[in-house]
Amino acid sequence: MKGLLKFSNVTLKRGGNVLVEDLDFELGPGERLQVTGPNGSGKSSLIRLAAGLLRAERGQVERSSLALADDHVALDRELLLRHALGFWGGAVEQAMVALRIDHLAEAPVRLLSSGQLKRAMLARVAASRAPLWLLDEPLNALDPDGRKRLGALVERHLEAGGAVVAASHQQLGGDWPKLKLGQGDTA
Amino acid sequence: MIGAVIARDLRRGFTGTAWLPIAFFLLVATLVPFAIGPDARLLSQIGPGVLWIAALTAALLPIERLVEPDRADGVLDQLMLHGLAEESVAFAKIAAHWLTFAPLLLVAAIPASALLAMNGASLAEVELALAVGTPGLAALAVAVAAVTAGLPRAGSLAGLLLLPLAVPLLIFGAANAILLEAAVSLLLSAGAPFVAGAAIRASRT
Repeated sequence: MKGLLKFSNVTLKRGGNVLVEDLDFELGPGERLQVTGPNGSGKSSLIRLAAGLLRAERGQVERSSLALADDHVALDRELLLRHALGFWGGAVEQAMVALRIDHLAEAPVRLLSSGQLKRAMLARVAASRAPLWLLDEPLNALDPDGRKRLGALVERHLEAGGAVVAASHQQLGGDWPKLKLGQGDTA
Repeated sequence: MIGAVIARDLRRGFTGTAWLPIAFFLLVATLVPFAIGPDARLLSQIGPGVLWIAALTAALLPIERLVEPDRADGVLDQLMLHGLAEESVAFAKIAAHWLTFAPLLLVAAIPASALLAMNGASLAEVELALAVGTPGLAALAVAVAAVTAGLPRAGSLAGLLLLPLAVPLLIFGAANAILLEAAVSLLLSAGAPFVAGAAIRASRT
């Protein structure tokens, strides 16, 4: 496989609803994709499918090694941030600096605010050496400085030959090719 | 990575609630002389069986925190993305659970046996049977915890699932049939990681 993420004729069903039908796309090094759509249209499910945490009804998903940031924190609340991130390995110190949470390294995770937690989760992704990043609603709870830092991280990752898929109904910084999902259950 | 998961669960166990089942175990052993009366001969006769019942019920206490917190917090998802199979995660959790549960239980059985007027030989038999049986009990606890993770009232459901499945361990353990106890314990320890792994996969939404 040349690309980092490849969907071939993928159909995804959740609770009887068809969220995605016969989806085909390939993401290579340096490429990005934004998954958009209203609430309930299946953005998060698509991210989990790409990560291999859900199975497709039909079709095939091929993926390289990847890092995921969704709405689950997955950091031990009783640990210091440095140690909680350290459990998952990678370049933790650089990632903390990149997201400007290095001054919180000695703070227990349970004391962090939701915005700081979001930065910590993004730092876990940035620290990983995975070429493919999957970000589910990466802008939630981030302040303008956090958004700017995330944008810079994404640019650097793409330049280094990585790929990024982000699910968000908001405007992400930069020029993102969009994948629009259906009408959702509110239509 | 498996080693890191075991170390993490051990840390969380010993800094958290590892002492709770042991206190419960001792409490049950303390209650029995009050309920039965101070007849030393009778107590020493039922002592081994009482210790087994106390151990089984104590094993129920930590079930809700064995798998569910990690599922809800996305840790199980992240471990999979780090290339660790669900079965390996389950194996690590069983190993860590046994290490936090069994050694403390074996120590607690000593004062408990004194409360039940058991002699040294009888205590030694129970200790051996517990040492052989607890790996199976720990494996069963993790498998049941994984099957019930995310369900409402998982704690009471887990009790209904675990206790019947633990009956063979109880029978052979209390009868001091060490080889049969070892066989059952081995069977549970070998099968539980696959049951728990499949349950973790199935619980993903």
